[in-house]
Order: sequence, then structure tokens, then C-alpha cells
Amino acid sequence: MAHSARRDSPELPDFSLLKRLARDQLIYLLEQLPGKKDLFIEADLMSPLDRIANVSTLKQHEVDKLYKVEYKPVISTSDQLCFLIRPRIQTVKWICDVVNADKAAGKFRRYKLIFTPQKFYACEAVLEEQGIFGDVTTDEWAFYLLPLDDDIISLELPEFFRDNFLAGDQRWVRTAGSTLHLLHSIYGPFSKIYGIGRCSKMAYESWREQVEEGETKARQAEIGNVFLIDRDVDFVTPLCSQVVYEGLVDDIFRIKCGCVEFGPDVTSSDKSMKVMLNSQDKVFNEIRNEHFSNVFGFLSQKARNLQTAYDKRRGMDIKQMKTFVSEELKGLKQEHRLLSLHIGASESIMKKKTKQDFQELLKTEHSLLEGFEIRECISFIEEHINRQVSMIESLRLLCLLSITENGLLPKDYRSLKAQYLQSYGVDHLLTFANLRQLGLLVEQQPGETLTVMESKVGKLVNDKTAGKLTDAFSSLAKKSNFRALSKKLNLVPKSDEEYDLRVPRDMAYIFSGAYIPLSCKLIEQVLERDGWTGLEEVTRLLNGHEFAVTGSTKSDTNDAQRIVLVMFLGGCTFSEISALRFLGRERGYKFIVVTTAITNSSRLIEALLDNHV
Amino acid sequence: MMKSKPDEEDYWNSSKFKAFTFDDEDDEFSRLKESKQAVNSIRRLVEEDDDEDDVEKVSWSGEPVGSISWSVRETAASNQRTDREPAFPKINADTPTVSRSHSGYSLSSLFKGKTKTGSFQFSDSLSDSSVRLYAPELRKPKSEYKDYVSDWSPEETVHRMQQGKAVSLEKFRSLQDKLLLLDFSISAHDGNVITAVLIYLKRTLSKEVLFRELESRQTALRHFIHYLTETRDQRLLLELLRALGRTEDIALLQYKEHLSIADENKRRDFLKSCLSLPFSPEDSAHVQDHYTLLERQIIIEATDRQAERGGKVEIFQKFPRRASILNMPLITTLYYCCFYHYTESEGTYSSPLNVRQTFRISEKQFFVTALAARAKLKAWVDVDALFTSRNWLGFTRKKSPLGFHRVVDILQKNSAPTQVLQEYVGLVDDAELRISLAQKHKCHDIIINTYRDLKDRQQLLGYRGKVERGSVEERKINELLDNPQIRWKN
Repeated sequence: MAHSARRDSPELPDFSLLKRLARDQLIYLLEQLPGKKDLFIEADLMSPLDRIANVSTLKQHEVDKLYKVEYKPVISTSDQLCFLIRPRIQTVKWICDVVNADKAAGKFRRYKLIFTPQKFYACEAVLEEQGIFGDVTTDEWAFYLLPLDDDIISLELPEFFRDNFLAGDQRWVRTAGSTLHLLHSIYGPFSKIYGIGRCSKMAYESWREQVEEGETKARQAEIGNVFLIDRDVDFVTPLCSQVVYEGLVDDIFRIKCGCVEFGPDVTSSDKSMKVMLNSQDKVFNEIRNEHFSNVFGFLSQKARNLQTAYDKRRGMDIKQMKTFVSEELKGLKQEHRLLSLHIGASESIMKKKTKQDFQELLKTEHSLLEGFEIRECISFIEEHINRQVSMIESLRLLCLLSITENGLLPKDYRSLKAQYLQSYGVDHLLTFANLRQLGLLVEQQPGETLTVMESKVGKLVNDKTAGKLTDAFSSLAKKSNFRALSKKLNLVPKSDEEYDLRVPRDMAYIFSGAYIPLSCKLIEQVLERDGWTGLEEVTRLLNGHEFAVTGSTKSDTNDAQRIVLVMFLGGCTFSEISALRFLGRERGYKFIVVTTAITNSSRLIEALLDNHV
Repeated sequence: MMKSKPDEEDYWNSSKFKAFTFDDEDDEFSRLKESKQAVNSIRRLVEEDDDEDDVEKVSWSGEPVGSISWSVRETAASNQRTDREPAFPKINADTPTVSRSHSGYSLSSLFKGKTKTGSFQFSDSLSDSSVRLYAPELRKPKSEYKDYVSDWSPEETVHRMQQGKAVSLEKFRSLQDKLLLLDFSISAHDGNVITAVLIYLKRTLSKEVLFRELESRQTALRHFIHYLTETRDQRLLLELLRALGRTEDIALLQYKEHLSIADENKRRDFLKSCLSLPFSPEDSAHVQDHYTLLERQIIIEATDRQAERGGKVEIFQKFPRRASILNMPLITTLYYCCFYHYTESEGTYSSPLNVRQTFRISEKQFFVTALAARAKLKAWVDVDALFTSRNWLGFTRKKSPLGFHRVVDILQKNSAPTQVLQEYVGLVDDAELRISLAQKHKCHDIIINTYRDLKDRQQLLGYRGKVERGSVEERKINELLDNPQIRWKN
């Protein structure tokens, strides 16, 4: 089952260094506020912090009590408060309230704000406005990169997606650049950088400037190539249901920061259990990239082997038994533990998926990808909405329909939107406005005529308006090309050919052989061609913003050239990671995935909901 | 899904999708169960001394700390080596360069026109297009003015801001200087700096001037809108949108405020005030519906709460309401009405028929909701009537706007008994689908009859092995198999 790697596959660099760097820096910052202090931690920083430090680390540096930031009045009695936060205006406002309340009560304390990964001027402006600038000290904790596994590094910035793509706020561009800079200075120098997307281009520029500003030592490169890609280059892939084990576990149980909580139905006990999912888990490591249909076979085989290993014990004499216990038992026990967990998880997945007509859902997705029987797909989605099945799922299918079909026919759009609002609440008007803004769910426009109109209008009105119009048009054009891309890049394998999921022949296996993820296909093509030559039509369909640059001194170590760092700006899915691992095995590359956050269809859609305060 | 039959079968027969089905409980799933049993059988052995240390858990439990200052030293050291990195080429990232300032002043003109007193010669600079972009003579060597923070050029100011160094923006007083600063921040692609400059401009420029300049700078405009959204400066945001003529955005933004109004009467009144907002015609109708719905929910809620407390209405006693109906979506409200007020005449607010008519609910949607609600109450007579009442053309067969396999699904989710399910499983058109549903819900008769109709002796033989020995079903199968009048196809 585990695919044999090519023998010459290079070793991955050691990323544990990044954790150590982050931890030491945090300790340094804590020491800047000597003496006992209470520490308030932003809720979504808890898990990342957990991965690099622990309570005793903090206690050793005189952290007394730990609190989660909850936007409530503080009850701490400490005379020193330290806040470890993301640079968010809401959080800073809350801290201002805390400080001002203390002032009003005549309580004197020292306050320290540690922003991570960086501070924003807008946050300091709040401190100034609220009259507490100077009463607090601020610092930055450059905790950019959290290694989630040997080949996955996350910025743990899910808000990157909405801020950058929906709001058009470029606050994280510099962060992305600094991230690259950090990797470059530890594991570089990079020799080639490819990319596609507006944000990728800007991140590249930011990184390049930072390289020019600083001076770094020359060293043997460990990572040779870099590929940057914006999430909005490919929205189709993250909107599809995941069927590879790790992706499926994420879709159903939600993996958070490399860790999943399995409920009682999985653990077959009365308590939930938090489990780390990474290559350290030997059972998981062998099934994570497998199509779910292969997982059962593997698990049964494992179970049988385990049974045999235990059975060996029978008929052993005392001495043999002693060796068995000291050498093998612990390993077997661990394997047993993991095996029963993953069997439990698979069982629970099966139960959930059979309950909700998963098969039919997949069929609809595949039809949409193929552009086949669209009316049936629409009525499936409609029924989904009518029956008030998951609000997120309905929206996801609508978006998938819209992207693959260049938008919905006006009458379909109106009718589906009306039914959606009836089923899930009129508040979602705001959600629909967001989705339209992002181009994820739109009404079809009469194609050709627009371009003509555009140029006519362009002549009539002044530059400003024309510029705005072109923006609007290009954002439309951008999303409307899935079919052409699919044909050009062969994303949908011919349906009459047999596809053996046990022996995958291409990356389509991650979607049951129905679709090769666009994002990964682009990476494959560009690496193969060493640039974008020959892909002009493809980049045109993707609205351009592609680039390929070479550094002035070429590093000649062969291994580093086959280590490719792929950075997803706006998030990537576990399925994409599996696809890249597959590609790496096939072509002798090792991919390192750097992402602003791990995403999936639910997270993507949830980031765009606006039916709450 | 309503695929035509041949398509459906083609689809399932194509090997591509046959590799695996989630519905296939027999093979893979049972294998999984076996493995589970195997694993469980050895659990006791394993748990003999359960030391809990095998699975890595996430916890705050202790681990010794590494050296503290190591990394700090390391980073500092790495910054002191002098070997230069290979220089990477610059690529043209999207945003226009500053020289293409939209406001009508080009950068070159600014440098040229700038005199010691800061006055600005307009005509002169606009006519001269051959001036170099950056006039180098204006750039003093850094060392000369290091101490005067106020002497940084806009470009250098932006650069310092990007690095988080101290700057003062106060010296950028003329509009040209301010815009230059803004345009440099835009071309640096650093949202943090763009917003910082915008905050300064907001403080030092009148709204009219600021809005006017933002209109031609889309990137800055989006940053400003996001900033105002985050700081919840609704008033200024609305003014901005108004100045830009973005009426729909204004309407949506104001409509959004209803979410923060907890009191239902106030919320209703607020929604009423939203009706006059400049929505698109389509959205306008939705907001009208929202208002009408909440108005109606308030009335229904008041009446039903009283009825429930009074203890006289049976249905509320038998099935106490779990939550208030306020602010629920329309379909949930319809379900509620079908549940508690099914038989009411069309004249009442809570009558399902009235709800259906007021909100133009489609036939299929109404059907699905009523079906689910009546099935939940196990009112099988009502369920039955839903199908037969549609029988105006004189057909005796049941008709449904929804595929019968879906009907079965809805009924089954509401735990309908087998005899009820059986009736609807039998109405599924597609033989294969019918059999698989019948197997799932143990409707033996349907399976046996279908195999009989298909003249499939082999399947029937196979199925005999699955029914209980000596049962009615087994007897029926035997009778069929012995029937000489059937011409089996195999």
C-alpha cells in the first residue's frame, strides 16, 4: 500500500528548528517583563502555542496564571498583565477597556501587548485613540511558521483568505514576504521562484526587497525551488468533497493545528480523545494519502498482522517472553492503540457518509466537474436546499455550479437564491453579496457582448470609470474559464477508462479518478517546463499574474533542486497535499507545503458567511 | 436525482465509479467490522498496564526548556555576515507605479515642481513629460539628514514604515505630499502601511477631499472600507459609500444592523424601515419577506405561547415546543405551522396554506416540508393524503413532485414503520434503486416481487439465503421458484 519512493528522493530539511526559534523568541519577550505576570492568550493562538511550548515553559518565565482572551472584564489580581494576541482591532479595543477600567478604579498595573506575527499601525492607532498609548508596552513575536508535519508548515492565519481576497486588504502581504524571507535565510538560498496570482506576485516583491535590505550568510541550499500560488487561482479544488483519508478526517472531524478530537463514537469509550495526526503516527502515515476505499483493506491487514504478532506469545518460555515484553510489546501496544482509533474513525466516517447520500453527492460533484447533466445537478442542489440539509453544503454546491458553469443562468440564480433564503434565512443576502464580490457565485453574463461594450464604453467615459469597468470585467472573466482550462490541462480524465484507485496513475485519484486538482496540475506543468512557456493560453484563462524568476547565482546541489516549496496564499487542502506527495513520488521531487492555513470547503464557505454580527 | 434510466445505469456501470461505493455495506464495511473485532479482542491484553503514554496528546504538560537566548544570538549573528545573496529580479506586481498617479499629478511633476517653500507649479510640470521619474539630485545622502526624522521623502517614509521604524507623518501637509505618500504605500503593496497612511489622511483631510481622492485609488479605497468596517465606524462608511454612489452596498450595510437588535419588536420595526432602502428589486422583495415573516412570527409566537401555557391544546401538551419560532427561516416556520397548525383554515396567520401563499413557496418545497412535518408526527393518514390529494387527473397511482426514493428517505429519517416505507419503496421507478432501498429497509416482499418481475431466478435463489429460515418470505420464494408458469431468464 505505501508507495515505494524513488530511491534518489532527497531528504526533507529539518523544520523543528522553526519551532525552537519561535519558542526562544517568546521566552525572550516574556523576560522583557520581569517578575510574576498573568498571560492572556488569544483563543486561536492557543493551539499553535501548544505545539511549540507548554505550561512549564511559561511558568519558568514567571507566568503565573493563563487566561483565554474572551472580551470580558478581567479578574486577575496580578500587577502585571501580558497579552499574547493577533493584531486585531477588536482585541486591542478590549485591552483598552481593561486598562481604562483599571485606571478608573485607581488600580496600577503594568501591561505588555505581544502581537504575533507582527503589529499593525491600525492597532496602535486604537491604543492612541483610547488614551493608553504609553501606558502599555508593545512588542512583536515573529512567530510566522508552525511546522505541522515533516512537509507541512502553516502560518495559522485563516483570516488571510477573507482579508486578502474578499476585503482586498493587503495587510498580510508583508507577512507572506517575511515568511519566505525566514525560510530563505535558514534553508535557502532559493534558486528559482515560480508563481501565479496577484498576491503571490506582491509577496514575491516583498520578499525580494527584504532580501536586498538584509544581509545573509552564504550557505548550502536545502530548498532550491519555490512555487507561489493564490487561492483564487483555483477555487474548484477546495470546494470538492475530500475522499482521501486525511482530507476526509478533516472534512468530518476538523483537524485543528495538526490535531483532531475523536468523540466517543470513535474511541468506543465514554470520553473524547485528542490525537495528533502526523507522520509520527505509523498507522496514519500509511493511510493518510490513500483513497478511502483502500483504507479498509489496509486496516484489516494490519489487524491481522497485529493478531499474529500477539499470538507469537503463546508457547514462549520465560526468557523469550521477557524479550518479547521488553522489545516488542510496547510497539505492538502503540500500534494497537492507533489501529483501533483509525478503525473507529473509518467506521464513524462510513456511518455518517451512508446516512447523507454521500454517493449521490459525489456523483453530482463529478457531473459538475465534467459539465454533464447540469439540470439534474441543479435539481439535486435544489432538493438539498428544500430539505434544509446543511447550509454550508448547499452553498458549496451552488458555488461549484457557478464556477464550473461560468455563473448561473439569471433565472436559475434568482430561483436558487430565493429558495436558499427561504430555507436558511434572509440574513444570507449578505453572504450572497460576498460570494458575488469574490466571483464565487454569480449570474451568467452574456460573454462576448461585454467585451465589445467595454471597449465602446471605454472610449466614451474618462479613464477612472474605464479602469473600474475593466476591473469588474476582468474579475468576471477570471472565474469563467473552468471548462476551457479543464480541456486544456486534461483535468477530467476520460470517463470510459478504467481507474484503479489502488494503483493511482495520476493525481486524479484523490477525487476518485474524476478530477485532477487544477492547483497541483499547474505546479506539475510549470516544474516540468521549467517555467510558463507553452502555457500562455492557460495563464490567459487564469487572468495572468504568472511569473518565473531565477536567482543570479545558481546553486548546483542536486538535492536542493528537487526540493520544492509550494506556498498557498489563502489556504490549501489536505487533498492537495496528498496530490503533491503523489506527484513527488512519481517525479522524484519532495514537496514542502507552506500555507496560510489548512482549509477545506466548509472553512472556505464559512469565511464568507455574513449572517451574524 | 432524476437521471433517465439508461444514463443512470451507464453511470454506475462505468468502471470509473464502480471502484468503491459508500453504500456498499456488505463487503468493505463488514471487513472493517471484522478488523475491529480482531482489534477489540486483544484490547484486554493491551490494557493490562495502560500507561497512556503511547498516543501523543495535546496538553500543557511539562517538558524541559531549551536554551533561551540561542535563537536570538543566532539570528543576530546571521544578520552580520556580509556575503551577498543572489539578487532576484524585480517583477511588475499589478499596482500602477506611482508616476501614474490618478489624481492628475504625475510623480515627476511633483519632484520638479517642488520648491523650497513647498509651492507647486502646476502648468509647468504637467507639460513636461520627459523629466526622469526620480530626480536624484533631490536625494541627499542618508547620512546627511539621519537625525531629522522629518526629512524623509515619501518613498523613504513608506520604506521605514514597512520596517516598523519610527516616522512622523506630520510633515506631509500639502495634498500633493499626502497623495504621494499614499501612492508610494500602495505601490509597496503593504496593507499595514496603506492603512496607516489612510488613518493619517482621515485625520488631516476633509471627508470630501479624501473620498474624492480615494475614488480613483481602488486599492486604497478597499483598505479604507475594511478599516472602517473593523473599527465599526458605520457613519463614516455610509457617508463614503454615498459619496461613491454605491447604493446597494449602503442598503446591505444598513440592513445588516438588524442582526445586532435582540428585541423582536424593535427588530421588526427596524426591518420595516429597511424597506425603503435602495436594494436591487430582487433583494427588495426578500427584505419585504423578511419583515413580513418576523411580523407574523411575533403574532404566532404570542398566540402559541399562551396556548401552551393554557394547557388546553393537546398538541402542545404532547409535543412541547422546544424553541421559539422567532427569527427562524421561512421553511422552518412552515414546518412549524405544518406541525402545530396543519388543519387551520387559510384565513389564519399560522395556517400552512396561508404561509405558502404569502411567501410564494413552490409546490415541491411545500410538499417536502409538509411531508417531513406530518411524518414526524407519525400522521400517516396525512402523509398518504399528500400524495392522493394530488390525484385530480383520475390516476389511481400516487404522484409526488419529489422522487419516491427521496420520499422514502424522508419517511425513514422520521422512523416510519416498515409497512409504511414499503408502500413508497414499491413506487420507486428504477428497479435497481428500488431493490437497494428495499434491502436497506428490509422490505422483503418488494425484493421478491421485483426479482419475480425481472424473471431473475439466480437473484431470487440468492435472496432465499438471506431471509430467515421458515419465514413467510422463504415460503413465498419457494412457491415462486416452484411455479412452472414463470419463464426464468436464468
